[in-house]
Amino acid sequence: MDLLYFAWVREAVGVGHETVDPPEAVRDVADLVRWLATRSPGHAAALADPARLRAAIDQRFVPLDAPLGDAREVALFPPVTGG
Amino acid sequence: MIRVSIDPAPIELALELAALEARGAGGVASFTGVVRGDGGVTALELEHYPGMTEDALCTLAEAAMARWSLFGVTILHRVGRMGVGERIVFIGTAAAHRREALDACAYLIDRLKTDAPFWKREWRGDSATWVEPRSSDAEAAERWQA
Repeated sequence: MDLLYFAWVREAVGVGHETVDPPEAVRDVADLVRWLATRSPGHAAALADPARLRAAIDQRFVPLDAPLGDAREVALFPPVTGG
Repeated sequence: MIRVSIDPAPIELALELAALEARGAGGVASFTGVVRGDGGVTALELEHYPGMTEDALCTLAEAAMARWSLFGVTILHRVGRMGVGERIVFIGTAAAHRREALDACAYLIDRLKTDAPFWKREWRGDSATWVEPRSSDAEAAERWQA
C-alpha cells in the first residue's frame, strides 16, 4: 500500500511517501493511523491526534472510519486550506 | 467548456477573462484570490495533492455546469511560493445572464476551499506556519448543499 503525507503531517513524518504492508487487523483508516504511529517518533508526533487528520483513499476524501478494502493509495493530511 | 489548471506560473487575468467572454456569453463573473500581507506575512506557499487536485477541481466545475446554465468555467490555482499581492486563485464563469454566472462563481470558490486538496503555509521572513482551516469556510461550503 502506498502512503502519501502532506503539509505538516509530511514534515513531522519526515517523508512524503512510503510503501507499507499493514497486518490483517488494520481494517480502516483509523486502524492504519494507530498502526503507523508506532513506526517512528516522527510518525507518532504526526499522527498523535486523529481529530486533526483528514484522509483520502485512492484520491477520494474519506472519513477516518472508512474501511481500507483493497486501497492502493492512502493519503493522510491536515484539513485543506486552499483558495 | 471547462478549463482547470494547477500551475506555479502567474495567472494572466486579462487573457482568462477574454477567453470566457469569447464563449458567446452575455455575462462573465470572476473571483480572484490575492496574497494578503497582514500579520507580517511576506509570502505564501501552496502545496497540493497531484492527481487528486485536478480531479477535485474538474468534479467541482462539472457540478457547477450541471447546476447552472453555463457557457464556460475556468478554475486556476497556483502552487509553490508567491509574494504579497500576487494572485493565488482565479474562478471565472460565463453564462447568458448575470445571476447564473455570479451564483456559480460563488459556489465554486466556496466549495474549492473545502473540497480541493491544497494546503497553505504563511512565511514571515525565515519562519513558516501552516494555515489552520476556518470554520466559516466549512459553513460557506455547507450553504450550497441542495
